[in-house]
Amino acid sequence: MGIRIRQGTFSHLPELTDDEIKLQIQYGLDNNWAISIEFTDDPHPRNAYWDMWGLPMFDTKDASACFTEVAACRKAYPDHYIKVNAYNRTYTKQTTALSFIVNRPAEEPGFRLDRAELNDRRISYTMHSYAAEKPHGERYESNGK
Amino acid sequence: MAGNGSSAKGTVTGEKRWGAGVIPYATMGYYEPDYEPADTDVLAAFRITPQKGVDPIEAGAAVAGESSTATWTVVWTDRLTAYEKYQAKCYKVEDVPGNPEQKIAYIAYNIDLFEEGSIPNMTSSIIGNVFGFKALKALRLEDLRIPIAYLKTFPGPPHGIVMEREYLNKYGRPLLGATVKPKLGLSARNYGRVVYEALRGGLDFTKDDENINSQPFMRWRDRYLFSIEGVKRAEEQTGEVKGHYMNVTAATMEEMYKRAEFAKEIGSVIIMIDLTIGYTAMTSMSNWARDNGCILHLHRAGYATWARQKNHGVNFRVTAKWARMSGVDHIHSGTVVGKLEGDPAIIKGYYDTLRDDFVPENRANGIYFDQHWASMPGVMPVASGGIHAGQSHQLLHYLGEDVVLQFGGGTIGHPMGIAAGAECNRVATEAMIKARNEGRDFMKEGPDILKKVAKSYPSLQTALDVWGEISFNYESTDTPDVVATPTSAG
Repeated sequence: MGIRIRQGTFSHLPELTDDEIKLQIQYGLDNNWAISIEFTDDPHPRNAYWDMWGLPMFDTKDASACFTEVAACRKAYPDHYIKVNAYNRTYTKQTTALSFIVNRPAEEPGFRLDRAELNDRRISYTMHSYAAEKPHGERYESNGK
Repeated sequence: MAGNGSSAKGTVTGEKRWGAGVIPYATMGYYEPDYEPADTDVLAAFRITPQKGVDPIEAGAAVAGESSTATWTVVWTDRLTAYEKYQAKCYKVEDVPGNPEQKIAYIAYNIDLFEEGSIPNMTSSIIGNVFGFKALKALRLEDLRIPIAYLKTFPGPPHGIVMEREYLNKYGRPLLGATVKPKLGLSARNYGRVVYEALRGGLDFTKDDENINSQPFMRWRDRYLFSIEGVKRAEEQTGEVKGHYMNVTAATMEEMYKRAEFAKEIGSVIIMIDLTIGYTAMTSMSNWARDNGCILHLHRAGYATWARQKNHGVNFRVTAKWARMSGVDHIHSGTVVGKLEGDPAIIKGYYDTLRDDFVPENRANGIYFDQHWASMPGVMPVASGGIHAGQSHQLLHYLGEDVVLQFGGGTIGHPMGIAAGAECNRVATEAMIKARNEGRDFMKEGPDILKKVAKSYPSLQTALDVWGEISFNYESTDTPDVVATPTSAG
């Protein structure tokens, strides 16, 4: 059971194969975008800061070398969400240009929508991430160690 | 107009200039062929169709005069001012290829003629008084060059493309939306159902239509409440940020502010206005959206009444510039392949005008002037009206990825249901981006790419079966005068 998180450029397609991931990385490199890798256990849509797997690879121009880091991150965090980003530093366009998930937990716990019923029929919504229920120590200390 | 048929070619002085009576505009200083436009001038390109026997130069000078300081006769009070500065100057009159009836008149306006940060003032000046001129059969404002000095008095989009993507956490592909249909008549609860199904199926946005405001069958507050329930439920299902453009268009600013405040309070990431509210109201709502963190969607309701005919009105590229300056985050700008007017080259010019930081003169795309945007954020163009998944390759080719594709009928009319309709549009879009990034010739291979991915997605196969052959191939009424390459929406 569980859900499938629909984040990233290709979240409605079948999981990309390793070769397909390399092709997307190559597209980023061809555009002079810096490839970076990030991972998290909590894919709350407002969790903007996934942990960085090293710095963005500004100087790596080889898709296979970038993919080696994807593989290493997967090995360290097999049950985390991992995404590959390509960053465009072009003047007036400075932001992520491509971002797609390359690893997911076997079971995605998903979210619970909490509703606080206010007056005048208004509802205050908040989204609760089940992954974040684990104690802090369990989430951050044992990861990949 | 003064001086019908006159061939006056330059400014006169002394008694000839200042004697009481009527003299040609071209002799009053409104035609200056030697004038070198200053970097701070606003430049305009007007397509003029003079009445038979009217000298095109006098016609251009008359437009310059009446859109700046002139009246129909000489007034001595001009001499109390530095009138040479305040007079707009027609500095060039150009032939139109293949159309001897029309000319393009270029007019330069001193920056002092325009109040800082005021689109209403700029429009009153440049288009306020000249379009009914008897001596002209027709008049069309084709383009404006906004000088950086004036541009910097406008705050521009409340968020812009970069910030919107970071706010929504969506990169590398077009955003996808759908207008709730039927656009009129649904009750609030049924309306929210369409929102929920379309968003959970894979769209990023749903949208109120331009004429859904607060009618007897569904009042605005009820619609907002049920719509946000649909939005939040879809976010829970997908883990993805979703939005519903809550149309706050109303009869008064007070009412619009009230509706916008409520939309914000219940958690909407985006609100919507119609162009029909006018430039002042648009600018006020832009300020509100910036202060309150809501993306601002503009539906260009009514624009075709002045933009569509090639000989008369205001080209949409000018409206698009005013919208970027006064500040919206989204604006409907044409689809090329859908049901509404749009020549591919002309629409490319609109999209460039909205998104790029520098847009060079390019007659083939209808761009008359270099336009620097001085880092003003870009506006996300919205393509809406008669588009469907089977056109994904064409949409990507013509419109690029910084665009919102709105598949209304193509989502809600899907035989397997609204969520399936949404899914097939998302799948088709992602598949096309993936193929492009892999280096495929997606424009050529598009139909095959879609057929292949449809094998894994019955929703897409069904859409291709139902709509695959639907296209809207009508001749455009508005085309560039200069054609670089043959264009076809096919």
